Amino acid sequence: MKNGIPTFTGGGLSVDLSIFGYQFMQNAILATFLGGIACAVIGVFVVLLHMPFIGVAMSHAAFAGGLAGIWLGFDPVLGALLLSLVTAAVIGPLADKGELSPDTSLGVIFSLMLGVAFLIIGLIPSTRSEALGLLWGSVLTVTRTDILLLAIVAFIIVGLVMVFYKEVQATVFNRQIALAVGLPATAILYIILFMTGATVTVSLNSIGGLLIFSLILNPAAAAYQLTYNMKKMFLLAAAFGVAAGWGGLALSYLFDIPSGATIVITSSLIFMVCAIFSPKRKVQLRKKAKVNK
Amino acid sequence: MTEAIINIKNATVSYREDVALDGVSLQVMPGEFVGVIGPNGAGKTTLLTIVNGMGKLRRGKVNVLGENVVGEKHHDLRKKVGYVAQIERIDPRMPMSVREVVMLGRYGLLGLFHRPVKQDWQVVDEAIEMVGMTHLAARPIGHLSGGEQQRTAIARCLAQEPQIFLLDEPTAALDWKAQTDILELVKHIHDVRNLTTLFVTHDLDALPHTCDRVVLMKDGRIIGEGPPDAMITTATLSRLYDLPAAVIEERHTHVHRRGA
Repeated sequence: MKNGIPTFTGGGLSVDLSIFGYQFMQNAILATFLGGIACAVIGVFVVLLHMPFIGVAMSHAAFAGGLAGIWLGFDPVLGALLLSLVTAAVIGPLADKGELSPDTSLGVIFSLMLGVAFLIIGLIPSTRSEALGLLWGSVLTVTRTDILLLAIVAFIIVGLVMVFYKEVQATVFNRQIALAVGLPATAILYIILFMTGATVTVSLNSIGGLLIFSLILNPAAAAYQLTYNMKKMFLLAAAFGVAAGWGGLALSYLFDIPSGATIVITSSLIFMVCAIFSPKRKVQLRKKAKVNK
Repeated sequence: MTEAIINIKNATVSYREDVALDGVSLQVMPGEFVGVIGPNGAGKTTLLTIVNGMGKLRRGKVNVLGENVVGEKHHDLRKKVGYVAQIERIDPRMPMSVREVVMLGRYGLLGLFHRPVKQDWQVVDEAIEMVGMTHLAARPIGHLSGGEQQRTAIARCLAQEPQIFLLDEPTAALDWKAQTDILELVKHIHDVRNLTTLFVTHDLDALPHTCDRVVLMKDGRIIGEGPPDAMITTATLSRLYDLPAAVIEERHTHVHRRGA
């Protein structure tokens, strides 16, 4: 027992659990829990709308906005939020009207944001460590304010999905059908995009602009492999998001390696395991075998 | 005198420099089954989208179920208009069952903050039964054949309990048997539910023989309308598809010989 926190010993393995007594670790556990849920729910939209580039474009916009904040001397979170919301407002009509292929337009926005981000890095006169912090994130240095913001965004996202589940379900299935049955599908799409911007923004300090995309995509893509029920997909994705966060945190602590990287690698491993053991894959293989006969 | 349920006057719709509808006027009476036929790019789909308020009207007037259709915000009108589009590829992994997809038809009627209750599921199950899909109700939507997907789309419209039924090439890309089944189903539903139906197709063989009226469309204009017997003639088809009368005759004879 150390500071009232037990030491777990068993099977020749001894793990010092005193780490959980520290504020920074408690913050990290809370941040990965809230961020894991928020990112995974957004990920379900991204996967079902077949627009994986939304996450990439939005995370780089938030990164560029955060850098602009550092450069011009205002709160990076505010800069990140502003630029990601502007990006959402640009992506919305492009995705909605279908004038360009979504991947093309999102690819252009992504590269523009990356260019802006590197331009600002070049322009920042002083130390660049804060700027790079936004790129990689550090879950072990998140503040209570970061956690509060994450909690607010996670609460709003989960609340919106619960209250407007049927509208969300129809919109991600087929926007034209949702519109044709009298649902405000365009408004729902915009809300999804704005919430993506907000999620990316509040996760910037903990996960980082470069890594956030995989925490959005991987848990949802993993859940997609396992179920034909959308509600279960939301729940599984959230569980995988939290598991990736906590698993990554544990690996980071055990092996003393960067937490952002371990979280992302854990989420990728979860996806790979789900893809290999996906019952849907077996259905696809059976269908292919039938065709070949 | 009964008023028209769909009243289109001099409607013009354009996408950038392309004119999709050019001064089209059409009246449809309650309970009518109207078939709209014409080559690709004739403006048929656009005609349907101005009826359910999804198309952007540049000029003219459209009145549907007593409501003037201007702009895009016609959520209430769309709740009363069922729309079946052409078959679209559905992701085989889409996490939704046939029953859930049919329920989408009721979501507009339910309104915000209301969840489906037992009665809604009963309506959905009846609609699925009517299109002969009860045995597939729990199947993931992406696992269905093209014909089954169109039946599901028709069931979705039935669940919506619409007054107007719009069908946009519902049998395109289906085999002959599935095409015949869907045409019979559409006509059966039109009669049983006492609907007003607009059926659009580019394929003469896919035009239900029992239409009350046939409208011929070409280059964004209506070039003729009347009873099927008067409209489906060698002369009108030759004009509609820019084919010599001899070719139309030859194809007609070939089809009949094949059917004999």
